[in-house]
Amino acid sequence: MTGIIYKPLDQDILDFIKECTQLEHPESYLIAVLHKIQERYTYLSESHMDQVAHLLNVPAANVFGVATFYHFFRLKPKGKYAISVCMGTACFVKGADMVLEQFRTELGIDIGETTLDGLFSIEQTRCIGVCALAPVVTINDRVYSKVTSSRVKEIIQIIRTEEKTKA
Amino acid sequence: MKYINAKIDDMPVSVLEGKTIMQAADSIGMHVPRLCFHPFLSTEGACRICIVEVDGYRNYLPACSTMLQEGMVVKTNSPEIRKARRDLIELLLDNHPKECQLCERDGNCELQNLAYKLGVRERLFEGERKRYKIEDSSASVVRDAEKCILCARCIRVCSEIQGVTNLSQIYRGFNARVTPAFEANMDDSVCIQCGQCINVCPTAAFTEQNMTEEVWEAINDPKKFVVVQTAPAIRAAIGEGFDMPIGTNAEGKTVFALRRLGFDAVFDTNFAADLTIMEEATEFLQRLKKNKDLPIITSCSPGWINFLEHFYPELIPHASTCRSPMSMLSVLLKTYYPEKNNIKPEDIYVVSVMPCVAKKFEAKRPEHYSEKGYPYTDAVITTRELIWMIKAYGIDFVNLPDDDFDKPLGESTGAGDIFGTTGGVMEATLRTAAEKLTGKKQNKLDFYEVRAIEGLKEASIEINGLTLNVAVANGLQNAKKILEKVKLGNMQYHIIEIMACPGGCVAGGGQPLTEAGKYLYPMDWEMIRKRQQALYGIDTAKKIRKSHENPYVLKLYEEFLGEPGSKLAHELLHTSYQERLPRGIK
Repeated sequence: MTGIIYKPLDQDILDFIKECTQLEHPESYLIAVLHKIQERYTYLSESHMDQVAHLLNVPAANVFGVATFYHFFRLKPKGKYAISVCMGTACFVKGADMVLEQFRTELGIDIGETTLDGLFSIEQTRCIGVCALAPVVTINDRVYSKVTSSRVKEIIQIIRTEEKTKA
Repeated sequence: MKYINAKIDDMPVSVLEGKTIMQAADSIGMHVPRLCFHPFLSTEGACRICIVEVDGYRNYLPACSTMLQEGMVVKTNSPEIRKARRDLIELLLDNHPKECQLCERDGNCELQNLAYKLGVRERLFEGERKRYKIEDSSASVVRDAEKCILCARCIRVCSEIQGVTNLSQIYRGFNARVTPAFEANMDDSVCIQCGQCINVCPTAAFTEQNMTEEVWEAINDPKKFVVVQTAPAIRAAIGEGFDMPIGTNAEGKTVFALRRLGFDAVFDTNFAADLTIMEEATEFLQRLKKNKDLPIITSCSPGWINFLEHFYPELIPHASTCRSPMSMLSVLLKTYYPEKNNIKPEDIYVVSVMPCVAKKFEAKRPEHYSEKGYPYTDAVITTRELIWMIKAYGIDFVNLPDDDFDKPLGESTGAGDIFGTTGGVMEATLRTAAEKLTGKKQNKLDFYEVRAIEGLKEASIEINGLTLNVAVANGLQNAKKILEKVKLGNMQYHIIEIMACPGGCVAGGGQPLTEAGKYLYPMDWEMIRKRQQALYGIDTAKKIRKSHENPYVLKLYEEFLGEPGSKLAHELLHTSYQERLPRGIK
């Protein structure tokens, strides 16, 4: 804990927490507060969780317990390109697990992690409702249909090239 | 009052409304097997070992968290239930290291005892098990997550009794584990090192940082002059380690055993307890005269001091600057004692036997190192560790004769003896302060007003027309209540005694573990009371019962320290505190 770098929360989030503290059972707004923070910063940093603990008067250990219990909360920042592999039934039977595995090998990171350059992160998701296109991968708002593990390398390559030309 | 009538194992049972099936079963002598349950903590219902069968319910119900209802027909022991319980234990064992013989809780482990009692004789579920490294960053508490069965007793004691909430369960399913916030090391967390998690843990997921090897080594080093001191609460509990009845005073046997182990001199921390009273009473009277920094709060309990520095730094000026009795005696053992006996202070090795694991941390604080860089206390071992040493040495403790402490640093008054129980430091202070305030000999010696068994006790004591408002708290959740009042400032307290552990040092984090198998749990009030009685018994039997009448303490001031509160006394016997890790939550 001594190694935490202090990153102040944005004012509107501080205001929201303050509002919560004036309500009955302020601690019951913990998840709502964490949601807001993740929405803004893409993840929950230790510094932010610690500030929430202080401001909401909930022990830091409990904040961390909640943040790790729910799969929805991320403890590491999302990549600039958030890869999301659908693991719904249709996608799964059509080989989504192999696609996911290929992304992991190609990028050298696990589910919920982000590459060192901050460019990619991998997540798995449940059915996103386009089963006809299975297996489906979304990267930010872009939908990739009928993805096979052999296409994974190419998808990443294209994004990397785009990034280079932008720079 | 409404009574609930039901049937448990074909026996009619009638209990007050609001009792659980477990409580009802206990009342008719049916001890439903249990693991995560702890009578002094909230109900968790995590382990499911206490499941019972209830007519009309499809699933087995946990007896610890199901209320008995009118007309219920409960079976605690059907063949299916017994098999299910055994399966649950087998599943826990599958995820547990198979190293019972190497484990510090071997023979006193609730999981092991249950597995034996329920007849687990083979391992049917062999699979992947969790693997974690032992976390031993802290000077006091070692955490071994592999041995954890997720009963959450440590989490509950840390938050409900101690008000620290350093621990929580993180992640879920196979990856679930108990850690401080952000998976920090114990050393970097808000842990106050009180060791109550060790006492309530059913396995060895929490243990003390073992120092026995260092002590053996020192004893066997011919160049070292190894001295030992024992805290007030040791004599009241050490006998339990040798199956003596709870509350046996084993002071004489302990001294004898320590000499046999090879210690060169055996001293009593109680001597320094008397000395603490001299310094603390003087400090109190000075503050009273100036009406400054009142109330004075006692500083003997290192767990409490950690709590103060973490959570109430604004109240630091109120804490007495006195070192704890252990540290006072250690300082004297490396200054006064070698000077008198012509020994080099560097050759002296001081071992402290304490009922406390936070003392291990205290001894390592830089404030308790000499200017030359050596620690005043070289090693701190708990009552449990001393019991192992005595057993390992093959000493027949129960049949030992009595022996006396070495003089002069081994003589104490009754006031020093009662330091080991909640209310004891307060009573000792009052005995001396009353005489110093009035300048006259007082007949009142027993201050029953402050002999607390409950967690928080307040009293107003009249001395010479002056009313002293005092408060005694044990268990930090109770201390918090009084500290919040001090912060608000609408009640003028004069003296507050705080001990971190529930019941005081007699039930400290380093005391012998009560066997839950015998239906006795750490923090059991009856057990604490018996240990307290042992100390009050020693006090009552003493001729001298006021610290300021201890002839050896008076001689020490005459020969060495000057007066209580003198410059040298301050240099050697007092310390300072600082805000540390001001994070986490009160």
